[in-house]
Amino acid sequence: MAGSGDHEKDGINRRHALECMIWAGTGVLWTMAGGVPKSIGLLGSAEAAEAAATSFTFAQISDSHIGFEKPANPHALDTLKEAVDRVKALKTKPALVLHTGDITHLSKPAEFDNAAQLIGSMGLDVHYVPGEHDIVDEGTGKAYMERYGKNAKGSGWYSFDQNGVHFIGLVNVATLKAGGLGSLGHDQLEWLEDDVKGLAASTPIVVFAHIPLWTVYPAWGWGTEDAEVALGYLKRFGSVTVLNGHIHQLMQKVEGNVTFHTARSTAFPQPAPGTAPSPGPMLVPAEKLRTLLGIREVTFKQGTAALAVTDTALADA
Amino acid sequence: MKQLAGRAAVAWAIAAMLGSGWAFAVPAQAEETVVKIENFTFNPPELTVKPGTTVKWENDDDIPHSILEEKTAFRSKPLDTGETFTMTFDQPGEVTYFCGLHPHMKGKIIVKP
Repeated sequence: MAGSGDHEKDGINRRHALECMIWAGTGVLWTMAGGVPKSIGLLGSAEAAEAAATSFTFAQISDSHIGFEKPANPHALDTLKEAVDRVKALKTKPALVLHTGDITHLSKPAEFDNAAQLIGSMGLDVHYVPGEHDIVDEGTGKAYMERYGKNAKGSGWYSFDQNGVHFIGLVNVATLKAGGLGSLGHDQLEWLEDDVKGLAASTPIVVFAHIPLWTVYPAWGWGTEDAEVALGYLKRFGSVTVLNGHIHQLMQKVEGNVTFHTARSTAFPQPAPGTAPSPGPMLVPAEKLRTLLGIREVTFKQGTAALAVTDTALADA
Repeated sequence: MKQLAGRAAVAWAIAAMLGSGWAFAVPAQAEETVVKIENFTFNPPELTVKPGTTVKWENDDDIPHSILEEKTAFRSKPLDTGETFTMTFDQPGEVTYFCGLHPHMKGKIIVKP
């Protein structure tokens, strides 16, 4: 900890500790008070200032399944276009967009092309992670990596910083084992541990991956078997937001300083866990479809509580 | 593996020539059995066949599935609705496979004389 005789350092410590406590929200103040100030104390004042995050907004779209044309939605390209239009119409222009996988339905070049054309029309910086449907080409993910993995490691994982927030894109749809759930694998976990090692605990973290990083419903494979290891590396951070897709419906969970959110699809809904014989596409009356598809806007405000997540359906219920 | 793939291709060609009723027309030593993929399960999940049997997987779901041998000895392309994959099993033994997209879906072929 900073020396008790140094008032300037004490001031920084106190201020940042308070900020971190605000990040954490009321439920977890206690964890933060124990963990964060210690890390902040390691930072010099210049570094601390540099790490300070500033307000911005970003969007999430997911599971566009371009190429899907079954009865649950014969027009997945049209609904993606509507989702893209929703993002374009947001009052605050997003600094970036996350696509949490299943861009395509069958990893076909034309599907990737059609998706890229529509998503590209937003004119925004889009960051992708693959879904299991994006790596079923003959090269098991070669097509995806050629398009989106140029600056990524392994099967497509990477991290970047935006306005002081550290974004981590993880891949949990490769290296799958018989009978298992989603999996990150040893190499990716090692990379993650190293990636966050040098970060101050006050750095807000956003993790995005296709399959939920918490066990939603194992009977349908809705979970990631080694997610706990990854979350272990993120434990010391005051604000961790985990954004996933895959299950085509909204779900939320708070665990300590970690908030998990799954997103709607832009293509077709899936049933709530256990309410159908299987997690396949759910056929709903045509007029109801767009109330179950949508986009997500996430606002990060400096000095306020955890990231504000707003989900908007393509049509009002 | 090459030999297996070759036999699978031949079986597929025969199937194409003979049409849907062909299973009854082929001699006993080249039997075919179907594994249906429905509601994210392989049905039957465990199947015992004689050596030389051709197994045909048929996807009845509205979502693609694939057949991936546990140790990746063989893998199908993603099977969209109504698509099939065939494989002939010559050697006695057990083959465990799963869906490459949904790994919680598991199945087993037991080959014994």
